[in-house]
Amino acid sequence: MTETAAPQVLAIELRGIVKRFPGVVANDGVNLRVRSGSVHAIVGENGAGKSTLMKTLYGAHRPDEGEIMLAGEHVTLKSPREAIARGIGMVFQHFMLADNLTVWENVVLGDEPGSRTHLSHKMARDAIVELGTRYGLRVNPDSYVSDLGVGDKQRVEILKVLFRGARIIILDEPTAVLVPQEVQALFTSLRSLTAEGVTVIFISHKLDEVLSVADDITVIRAGRTVGEVAPADVTAHDLAEMMVGRELPRPVPRTDAPSEKVEIQLDRVTVAGLGDRDALHEVSLSVRLGEVVGIAGVEGNGQSELLDAIMGLRHLKSGSISVAGHSIDALSTRDRRESGIGYIPEDRQKDGLCLAAPLWENVMLGHQGSRPFSLRGWINRLAAKKATREIIAAYDVRTPSAEVAAAALSGGNQQKLIVGREMTADPSVLIAAHPTRGIDVGAQAAIWDHIRAARTKGLAVLLVSADLEELLALSDTLLVMLRGEVVAQVDPHTVTTADLGAYMTGARKGTVPA
Amino acid sequence: MTHATVLKIRSALLAPAIAIVVSVVVSAFALQVSGHSSVAALRAMFNYVTTTDSLVSILNRAAPLYVVSLGVAIGFKMNLFNIGADGQYRLAALMAAGASSTFSLPRPFHILAVMLIATAVGAAWAAIPGVLKVTRNVNEVVSTIMLNFVATGISAYLLINYMRNESQPNVAETKSVPKSARLPSLNGLLEDIGIHLPRLAVLNSFLPIAIVVGILFYILVWRTRFGFDLRVTGTNPAAAKTSGVNAKAMIVKTIMISGGLAGLAATGFLLTDFTKYNETFPLGLPFTGIAVALLGRNHPGGIAVAAFAWMSVETASRGLLDEKIPPEISKILLGTLLISSVISFEVVRRRTLTQAIRQAASATPGAHSGGLPPTEPTPAGATA
Repeated sequence: MTETAAPQVLAIELRGIVKRFPGVVANDGVNLRVRSGSVHAIVGENGAGKSTLMKTLYGAHRPDEGEIMLAGEHVTLKSPREAIARGIGMVFQHFMLADNLTVWENVVLGDEPGSRTHLSHKMARDAIVELGTRYGLRVNPDSYVSDLGVGDKQRVEILKVLFRGARIIILDEPTAVLVPQEVQALFTSLRSLTAEGVTVIFISHKLDEVLSVADDITVIRAGRTVGEVAPADVTAHDLAEMMVGRELPRPVPRTDAPSEKVEIQLDRVTVAGLGDRDALHEVSLSVRLGEVVGIAGVEGNGQSELLDAIMGLRHLKSGSISVAGHSIDALSTRDRRESGIGYIPEDRQKDGLCLAAPLWENVMLGHQGSRPFSLRGWINRLAAKKATREIIAAYDVRTPSAEVAAAALSGGNQQKLIVGREMTADPSVLIAAHPTRGIDVGAQAAIWDHIRAARTKGLAVLLVSADLEELLALSDTLLVMLRGEVVAQVDPHTVTTADLGAYMTGARKGTVPA
Repeated sequence: MTHATVLKIRSALLAPAIAIVVSVVVSAFALQVSGHSSVAALRAMFNYVTTTDSLVSILNRAAPLYVVSLGVAIGFKMNLFNIGADGQYRLAALMAAGASSTFSLPRPFHILAVMLIATAVGAAWAAIPGVLKVTRNVNEVVSTIMLNFVATGISAYLLINYMRNESQPNVAETKSVPKSARLPSLNGLLEDIGIHLPRLAVLNSFLPIAIVVGILFYILVWRTRFGFDLRVTGTNPAAAKTSGVNAKAMIVKTIMISGGLAGLAATGFLLTDFTKYNETFPLGLPFTGIAVALLGRNHPGGIAVAAFAWMSVETASRGLLDEKIPPEISKILLGTLLISSVISFEVVRRRTLTQAIRQAASATPGAHSGGLPPTEPTPAGATA
């Protein structure tokens, strides 16, 4: 593609972008050079700072340090409106379309052609047909969005930004929701776009796709640019290693062995997804007593659905889940929790706590139906408060008392409370999702120790995490999920980071023992 | 009393105090602008309301208002807006009035049976929007409002065609509730403990029933698992679902309790001062109940104060007639009271929360530095 644009013309140049949020530096000196008319991929792990960077470019916030240059000119982008005016358009991962409107209505929404009082249907339709033909983005302008498939919806999103005159399009994880054929169609469209001089910034975790579509690749890790490479010069392995970092701590080998008894077993569990693809497809796994099974994978590859399926928050399309040899498929969420499944949810503030309620009520949450918190429908406040004080002491929750609202605690202390609450119920299975996400180092170490201690005492733990270090430090067995399937089983003690990255991104096919 | 308790009480009283001051100031301003003396108006209202007759009348009308407000409040507790208390109350009043004369039982049982009928009718009518919400995802605000109109139509139809008192061909009204189903007055009991009410002031025994309902409400919401589920669903539906609460069942149960209380409230008039259902039966009450539930912060104690205050102001407005002041000024007073209390409660709530967060932060120095001594690889040696 290099012949379509002179290599000197940079559509975008970012120099030394630093963006701090309270307590974290999301971008810590990012440099980005995007040639005009190219597809430029930005890859990096979750939390590496990609989204922050894109928000900077889209004017959603302003960087604390650094320069933004568009076509060689210094600019300050104060708002998304200003970014659009300068020809930068963003297509978000989650579509923002009105289902009950037609394609052309969605495209012109907010930027209607015609006079002040008259909306010109003809101008709108003609513009869409013209754009569609030019860039290979054909959609019937009169279809209702609710009738479209995922690939068509994405085309509508791209048409939306093109209609507003975008010459630089940012695509955030555009292939996450697409089936392979749609991915190919998207890539063809991207080629038509760049042939017309449009610049595409493509954010992805999927290295095989990045290598096939990008002209240039920038790798970001921990808020810094760690490399600028051309796809011809690197392999997926190299990219994975750059993304994840070379060295990871090795877990200390445990001295005891897990029991042979399988406590929780998933048998070909399938959960329907939003589009044509299953969110979870024939996932089988088992966790023995005293074992930690880690689930690695780029987020959005079925982990949330897996958690929901186990907790009874989502219907199974097929397959079955059993605990201690008994099927739990017919049990409600409450029955599952009371039968001994502890759960640390992904989003502690949304799913795990009632922020306005005092700690002792939060300690009952999820266990309000069992002793000592209630008996025959009556709540025992004294027992709840006593249990809360015990958890505060045992799990080192820093709080003035059991009466304060959960909102008053820091994230780490909220999480310690949740871990304490789940452990105190003495479960046989613990489903832990991102148990240490976004919390401070001290609390993280404490929670790891609690999980290790519980495992040693015979708890079966299923650990879903985006933090590879956490997975390697805790897991006895490590499974990799990709596109709703378990694609590899690896030994956390011997696996290399590069291998893991390759499995996670689909660059290499793994093996799953039957 | 501990320092924390003092703070709690102070912040609980702060909001209503602000609201009362604001509403009195606004009403006084309205009076002055319209050329009346606000001092005279307040004095007239105060004098009117502080007679025993007025007090008894306030209590008699505040008790059903209290029960209907509790019904609205239990819905509010889980963000369920039962605007249909009007229809539930109306149908319950009609059905209970019609049914009461079709059977006879000894007194306490007859009363109890009529109350059960009223409660059941209210609950059944409220079940319709509940079931629509959980099966068809119909917004309960819309369905309950529309069902109010349906209930008005049905009750008029039933009254004229089936439940009319045939011996009164010119009036559309039910037969009177039999004597055995009427609630006794409390005057005799009060005499026994040495309180003598004026002859025309009859204190109804629906008041103690309302108090019992308020206590049961408190126990249900704050001391049972059902109440816990209800409150969690109201404050964080996602967490409630994750904790295993069956949201659909909760919605149907709660709206039925809400409707049942609206139905029960109707017997507060039907079995006392208004012994039949006709056009004079007090029907506006359930809408006032929505305001009273808001004013009382969905708490049985707060609602009791609010119901009493609301009825006091309404009653007191009659005292303005003697001063040639338009009694509608009481509507301004109640309206501003409602708005300013909703605002001031929210302001105080946020301030209290901010204070709590600050206190928790300052009470735990080094919250981010401690942690357990690491024995195995720790995150400190983070990704290179």
